[in-house]
Amino acid sequence: MDNALQKTPEPIPEVAVLPRAPELVPAAPVIDLDGLSVTFGGRPILRELRGELRGRAIGLLGPNGAGKTTLIHTLLGFHSPSSGTAHIFGRDIRSDAKQIRTQIGYMPERDSFIANMSCVHFVRLMAELSGLPSEAALERAHEALFYVGLGEARYRKVGTYSLGMKQLAKLAQAIVHGPRLIFLDEPTNGLDPPARQRMIELIRQIRDSGKAHILLSSHLLRDVEECCEEILIVKQGRIAVSCNLEEERKSNLKFLEIETRGDREAFVEAIATLGCEYALTSERRLKLILQNGVEIRDLYRIAGEQEVQIRRLNFKRDSLEDIFLKAMEDGNGDVGHVASLPDRGKQ
Amino acid sequence: MAVYEHAYKPYAGPLTPEWSRFLVIPRHAYRDVFGSKLFTGFFAMCFLCPLVMAILIYLHHNLTAMAIFQINLRDLAPINGFFFQFFVSFQTVLAFLLTVLIGPPLISRDLANNALPLYLCRPLSRAEYVIGKMSVLLIMISAMTWIPGELLFLFQSYLEGAGWAARNLWIAGAIFVMSWIWILLLALLSVTISAWVKWRLAASAALFGLFIISNAIGFTVNGVLQTRWGGLFNLTIIMKTIEDSLFREPNSAGLPRWMVLPTPAAWIALALHCAACLFLLTRKVRAYEVVK
Repeated sequence: MDNALQKTPEPIPEVAVLPRAPELVPAAPVIDLDGLSVTFGGRPILRELRGELRGRAIGLLGPNGAGKTTLIHTLLGFHSPSSGTAHIFGRDIRSDAKQIRTQIGYMPERDSFIANMSCVHFVRLMAELSGLPSEAALERAHEALFYVGLGEARYRKVGTYSLGMKQLAKLAQAIVHGPRLIFLDEPTNGLDPPARQRMIELIRQIRDSGKAHILLSSHLLRDVEECCEEILIVKQGRIAVSCNLEEERKSNLKFLEIETRGDREAFVEAIATLGCEYALTSERRLKLILQNGVEIRDLYRIAGEQEVQIRRLNFKRDSLEDIFLKAMEDGNGDVGHVASLPDRGKQ
Repeated sequence: MAVYEHAYKPYAGPLTPEWSRFLVIPRHAYRDVFGSKLFTGFFAMCFLCPLVMAILIYLHHNLTAMAIFQINLRDLAPINGFFFQFFVSFQTVLAFLLTVLIGPPLISRDLANNALPLYLCRPLSRAEYVIGKMSVLLIMISAMTWIPGELLFLFQSYLEGAGWAARNLWIAGAIFVMSWIWILLLALLSVTISAWVKWRLAASAALFGLFIISNAIGFTVNGVLQTRWGGLFNLTIIMKTIEDSLFREPNSAGLPRWMVLPTPAAWIALALHCAACLFLLTRKVRAYEVVK
C-alpha cells in the first residue's frame, strides 16, 4: 500500500443513507440506450444495445473485451455510434455531446494526469475546463481533494503520488465540477484492501448523497455488489442482463432451504397442501418455493402441528456472482436488448 | 462540498462562456513556461530588436540626436518596406527558436500521461483542445512579431506624418499577414510534431530537422531535375516567396531566377503543408486511439 496515503489519514465520514432525493427519480432515464451500435474497422463492438438505466448507482459488468469501456467512451462522445444512439438525461449523445459532458464526471481506468502539476493545480485546471470560473475552480479543487482524502498532499505533484493516491486524484477531478452523472472505470484497480475500502466508501457516500448518479464499470463483482443497485451485464457487445439488484434479491426471498428434525414426510405433505413446490435434497434438508400468500410463520405453524423441528432456515439468495455467471453461461450472445434475468424457477 | 463538511455537493454557481474555455489551456501553460528563468530571459531578449528599431526610427527624425551621436542620415537604413521585412524576418527566427523551446511538450506531455481523455471528457472539443494548445504559441509569438511591428509602423507614421502612413499602409498589412502566416505555420508544425513524437528532445530535433530536411530536399530536386518546383518542398523558400510578394521585394533571398517560385504556387504549397498538419493532428488527437 502506498505509505503516503497512510500518512495522510483523513477521517472518512460514516456513509449516511439519506432519503432518495427528488432529482434521483427522474422522469427521463439517466441513460437510455436506443439501438446503440459501435463498429471499429468493420468489427462490431457494441450491437444494438437497448434499455433504460435509472438507478442511483449502476454497475457495468462483463468479461474482458465485452464492450464496457467502449460503451462508456461512446456515451462520453469519444466514439461515434455506427447506428442507433443513446440519451443521457434526455439529451442525444450524437447532437448534444457538449451539453452532456457538462453534467458528467469521468474517472478513466488508466493513469491519467498532467505531469509536473501539483494535484490542486491539476484539479483546478479540470474544473476550469468544465466551465467553473477561476476562483470557484480553486475553491472546489481544495474541497474535492479534502473530500477524497488528499487534503494534506494536495500541493505535491501528481507524478509523485502512489497508485492509490492517483486513483483518488482521478476521483477528485471527476467530481470537482459537481457532475450529475459520474462514470467510474475500474476505480479500485490496483488498490490494496484499505485503499479499496476507502474508494468504495467514497463511492457509496456520493451515491447516498443523492446528488449524483454513478455508472461503475468493474471486473470486481464485489465492488459492484457493494455499491450498485442496478446492473448491466455486457457480453460480446450485447446486453446479457439488465436488472435491479435489489429487486432481484427481494425476489430471491421466495427460495428457502430448510433443515428439519422429526417426521418430515407429514411436514412436506402439509406444505404441499399450501401449494408450495419442494425438493428433498438430503435426509434432513429440503428446498422449497413459497407461494404468494404463504408466509414463513405458516411453515413454523405447520412444523409445530406436525411436531417437526425446524433447525435451520436459509433464504437461498442469488449473489451477483450467480447472476453474472448465469449471464455468461446463458445464451450465445444473440439477445439484442435488455433481457430479464434467466429463470431460476425450481431449485 | 466545503472542506469541513465532507459531503458531495453539485456546483450551482455561474459558468464561464463556452467560447472562452480553450483559453484556460494557455493560461495554465504559461505558469509552467515562465517558471523557467532561462526562458523568461530569452523571451525578454526577443524585444531587443523592436527596441533597437524603434531607436533607429527615432534617430531618423531627430537631427539633434544624430548630431550628438555623429551619425549621418545616409548611414542609417531607410525606413521602408525592406526595413519592416527585415524586422519580421528577424523576429520570426526568434519565434522559431521560441517554438522549439516550448512547442514540443505541448501535446506530447498529455499523450504520454494519458491526459487527453481528461480534457475531452469535458465540454471541450478536439478542435478547441488543439486551438488551446496552439494559443500558447499564438499569443506569445504575436507579442513579439506583429504587435511590436504594428507599433513600430504607428511610431514611424506618427513621426513621419499621415501622408507617409497613407502611402505605406500596405506595409502594416504585410507585417500583420506575414506574421500571422509564420505564427500559424510554426504553431501547426509544433503541435503536429508534438502529437506524433512523445520524446521532447526528439520533437525539438524534428522541428529543426523539418526546415533543414525540407531545404535539402527542395534544393536537391531543383539541382537534379533543373527545375524550380523543388521549392515546393522547401518551407524556407515557400515562406520567403510569400514574404517577398507581401513586402514587394522581388527575390530578396537572391536565388537564381530559374529557382524562384511563382507566388500562387507558394501559397498553394503552404496551404497543402497546413492541410497535411491538420490531417495528422486529427489522426492523433483523440481521447483514445482505436486500433483497427
